[in-house]
Amino acid sequence: MLDCRNISIAAGGFALSGIDLQVQAGQWATIMGSTGCGKTTLLEAICGLRDVTAGSIHIGGVDVTRLAPRCRGIGLVPQDGALFAGMRVEAMLALPLRARGVGRAGRARRASAMAERLSMSHLLRRTAHGLSGGERQRVALGRALLCEPTLLCLDEPLSALDGETRASIRELLMVLRNTGDVSVLHVTHDQQEATAMAHTIWHMENGVLSTAGEVNDVVH
Amino acid sequence: MSVPAPLRLTSRENLPFASAMFGVMCVFVLLIVAMLAANLMYVDGEHVKAALDSPEILYAIKLSLVTCTITAFLSVLVAVPAGYLLARVPFRGRMLVDALVDVPIVLPPIVVGLALLLLFNQTQVGQWLEGLVESVFAWLPLEWAGLDHVTSITYDVPGVILAQFAVASAFAIRTMRVAFETASDRRERVALVLGCTRRQAFQWVALPEVRRGVLAAATLAWARAMGEFGPILVFAGATRMKTEVLPTTVFLELSIGNVEAAATVSLLMVAAAMVVLLAARACGARMVA
Repeated sequence: MLDCRNISIAAGGFALSGIDLQVQAGQWATIMGSTGCGKTTLLEAICGLRDVTAGSIHIGGVDVTRLAPRCRGIGLVPQDGALFAGMRVEAMLALPLRARGVGRAGRARRASAMAERLSMSHLLRRTAHGLSGGERQRVALGRALLCEPTLLCLDEPLSALDGETRASIRELLMVLRNTGDVSVLHVTHDQQEATAMAHTIWHMENGVLSTAGEVNDVVH
Repeated sequence: MSVPAPLRLTSRENLPFASAMFGVMCVFVLLIVAMLAANLMYVDGEHVKAALDSPEILYAIKLSLVTCTITAFLSVLVAVPAGYLLARVPFRGRMLVDALVDVPIVLPPIVVGLALLLLFNQTQVGQWLEGLVESVFAWLPLEWAGLDHVTSITYDVPGVILAQFAVASAFAIRTMRVAFETASDRRERVALVLGCTRRQAFQWVALPEVRRGVLAAATLAWARAMGEFGPILVFAGATRMKTEVLPTTVFLELSIGNVEAAATVSLLMVAAAMVVLLAARACGARMVA
């Protein structure tokens, strides 16, 4: 489903090279590594927000290396949600649909259905200002899922949350994982989080993606 | 997410620190208040009545309000894309463009006026623009603004607007650049991944994020335009009932020794500026809320 073939990325003075990464359809793959090792840089390159200097990225069998971010079929959940200022949750959820030209009624119906699915219908009329960390992540997740992505990218979605909120969002992600509807590339530095959710875990260190394995192999 | 409580300096422990900080601030505030008080002492009700009865001063008030508003609008129109490009888009020659944009800020105002005069009087491009403006103004229904007599740029109302715009837009661009730099581009990038084109991400995500910056740029441009005098004097002249804006009135009244009228007009400008600045701050506070 996702196939990164020997890609290299230059990010200022930092470089990633020789990255090979595969995520199968319906699989949850996690990239683990310490802060600053290059996980987010790799994620940005896969999303099309950063140029690769060598190699190619394929999603669903299509070479997307030179495609614009919006043409890659990716949903992104950033670390703090990156919710849009001054926009109501309803409009925020519907933004990917609006970008694709879905009509007002269709957007409202699907945003409402997504809010219900993620238990946040009560947030639809609110703006990002004043939402809690957990609520922000729910909105970000709903917004990404409404892209109907082939690949869902999660960039440390739980790292800024307290224990209780983290557990509730993790539960939500586990439901998503178990349905297997979407392939997920999850970036984290938290081993517990990785082993709880991933089918496959990859390790990154100093810009090199070094290890891959089924979750049981890695844990043991 | 809770809003952090404002820092307070009321405890006894903070008294020396608070005294020093407030002391320095008060020196400046007192200077402004003293200047306004000196102006006020020169003016009484009779002067204000006389000023408001004067057709020249009423014309200057009207022209100032109209030209400053047009200038602020045009400045924001230019400042938003320019500030965005300078803050977020790397391009060849950005440093040079960045420096050029600041030129009207550092140049003496009279030099800006002279440069405009030379451009429109001595070059073919300027003369072509003169002709263009003439035909545009002939087509626009501007009777409501009292601008139906306009026939050219130089020494006419468009000259006033252009002279104000040349300086005010530089401040607006600077403000918008800082606004775009301060607001992270992460949300815009996320919008791109979620399916938006660059234009959609800019219009729906980046621009609403800097709405307070837009308001600040408009306010600053309006206020700068209101205070502009040097470039207007050189490029548009100081003709009564034609290119006379409020700073021109102060100059003309002072030049004939009518200090009371000059002080009255100055106070009118202060009042107008305070209304706009306070309204902008109130709008800004409401946007945050």
